[in-house]
Amino acid sequence: MSDVAISVEGLSKRYYIGHNAAQAGSYTALRDVLARNARNLARKTRDMIGGRPIVQGDEVEEFWALKNVSFEIRQGDRVGIIGRNGAGKSTLLKILSRITEPTAGRITIAGRVASLLEVGTGFHPELSGRENIFLNGAILGMTRAEIQRKFDEIVAFAEVERFLDVPVKQYSSGMYVRLAFAVAAHLEPEILIVDEVLAVGDAQFQRKCLGKMEEVGHDGRTVLFVSHNMAMISSLCDKAIHLESGKLRSMGACDEVILHYATPGDSSPAAVDLRRNARRVGDDHAQLLSADVRNEHGQPASEVEINQPLSIRMEYRITSVADRSFVPNFHFSRSDGGCAFVAIAGNARRVVPGEYAAECHVPADFLNDGIYSVRLALTSFESGVSVHFDEAGILTFNVRDPIEGVATRASYSGAMPGAVRPLLPWTIEAIR
Amino acid sequence: MTQVQTLVIEPGLADRHYWRDLWRYRELFYVLAWRDLSVRYKQTIIGLAWALIRPFLTMVVFTVVFGKVARLPTEGAAPYALMVFAGLLPWQFFSTSLTESSNSLIGNANLISKVYFPRLIIPTASIVVSFVDFLVSFAILAGLMVWYRFVPDWPILTLPLFAAMCFLASLGPGLLITSLNVKYRDFRYIIPFIAQIGLYVSPVGFSSSVIPEQWRLLYSLNPMVGVIDGFRWAILGESTLWLPGFLVSWVLIACFLWLGIRQFRRMEKSFADLI
Repeated sequence: MSDVAISVEGLSKRYYIGHNAAQAGSYTALRDVLARNARNLARKTRDMIGGRPIVQGDEVEEFWALKNVSFEIRQGDRVGIIGRNGAGKSTLLKILSRITEPTAGRITIAGRVASLLEVGTGFHPELSGRENIFLNGAILGMTRAEIQRKFDEIVAFAEVERFLDVPVKQYSSGMYVRLAFAVAAHLEPEILIVDEVLAVGDAQFQRKCLGKMEEVGHDGRTVLFVSHNMAMISSLCDKAIHLESGKLRSMGACDEVILHYATPGDSSPAAVDLRRNARRVGDDHAQLLSADVRNEHGQPASEVEINQPLSIRMEYRITSVADRSFVPNFHFSRSDGGCAFVAIAGNARRVVPGEYAAECHVPADFLNDGIYSVRLALTSFESGVSVHFDEAGILTFNVRDPIEGVATRASYSGAMPGAVRPLLPWTIEAIR
Repeated sequence: MTQVQTLVIEPGLADRHYWRDLWRYRELFYVLAWRDLSVRYKQTIIGLAWALIRPFLTMVVFTVVFGKVARLPTEGAAPYALMVFAGLLPWQFFSTSLTESSNSLIGNANLISKVYFPRLIIPTASIVVSFVDFLVSFAILAGLMVWYRFVPDWPILTLPLFAAMCFLASLGPGLLITSLNVKYRDFRYIIPFIAQIGLYVSPVGFSSSVIPEQWRLLYSLNPMVGVIDGFRWAILGESTLWLPGFLVSWVLIACFLWLGIRQFRRMEKSFADLI
């Protein structure tokens, strides 16, 4: 028995997505519709009886969320998994935590796996903190005796001693998250799978979580960490796996893979169209449809000169009739994962259902050179904050610095650090 | 790290280890049942009162309508109200179990899409809540027995057997509907319909002996007929159990159970993708 914790061989996962064939002619004939519906019904009935998943639409297309992925993770490795939206990260985690079965391939895992796909899984709002610790622990795979043994430790970690017998529906969101993470952190699995839970909670608690995860790593346990936050991955992980459209693009030391990832590949990350995507991005109120980066002429572009303006355009659909204003907000980050700034549309108004386009104009001579990734979110603030979608790293663009004739660097030609490089008004005058 | 168990994930493997996994996750079953129970009885007065008032009022109405107005015969010398209640007990258990279990998967969607465990645990655990309601209703039965000065005979000892039969009778259709419910959300509208029609089609308000002899076998195709007859036999001790019909009910229960489990297990793999 070697010290390999997870070995993945030829892993593939296939989904079926369906869509309606484009109309060939200029009119729709009733007999075509009838024939198509009859065909549909026959297929669905067959699928249902056969126990296969049923797919909407009349043309079924195969979609490989993962295709022939193989890798090995050694015991005690802390591995970050990176990749764009739809690269297969979530599918990989789902298979590792046995929520779905792979279509082909084989995984061998040595030890108990615990996944934190979302904090607070199975928490029941009516139950007290104490009851939820036992409930959540059991769901994550702890035995009752184990939970009892660690109960005090969990409570102390979460800092909720005084509220143990209060229903968690009365907890603040920070307390809720702390309790949820505390239970999971004390699970002591050999392998811990974490999916972007650390984005929540206050800064102090985040540090605590990071500490706990490092401790887990030093105990010789294996951590798999999925995040869009490159800074967090590079500080937490020693290795990284880069997935791209279901395939393994690179694997190795963390900083090398991140560097590789930050360089735009052959796909066009400056524009995304989710209209034909199998996965709906958004909730019942609003969905993201498409987004792109545009240059000063309004054309999609993946690269913009530093002294030219650009804009980020997002198209989305409002389906909610609820009386609220939907506020688009874009988060710009640098390739090292650090956030550069957040732009919030301050002039959002209440709107009726329909499709909308929000465009955020970034002036010339404002960004620094280098790669920026944009996280697109839509939030509403009626009766508490609700986030309708929040897609990290969905757009990437490069700001090119031609050096020659750039006002923000005068005649200096070296590297300019910083998240932004704005052209600010200066006054220089003789005082003596 | 004394014993590091090795887990292999392969297509189709979860299928082969299904029943072993089910046993391994039994603790989760207890916890989920306990959760449903404590949420149900959190507002103690209302939770408990609801389990008492509903069957009691139904019993009163049925006794008046079928016993007094329609003048249907009771079984042996047992008071009509007692006969109605002996039928109402399993029926209530059946209909609430069916309702709870068929909505259970949708209600636990967040669990299903986040953690692995044999999904069969969820609908089964949800039936436990109805079982506790069922036990609570026994208080009314005891009250009625005292009121009518009715002393049950030895068959009452066989009651757990019929309770188990009732549990299985509701589990089969419950599994079938809950798995279809995941894909076709409108399947849940069938449940109130079954509960409503079934209340009158099954011999709840009347004795199954009023059914003409030549139709009884056909009538027993309703699995609840056998269950209710069994309950009456155990509690009242007066009527005789009509064996052919009772066996037909068992066969049907087994068929539904097999169908339910088969359908559930086929759909189970895609639950996480669908929900």
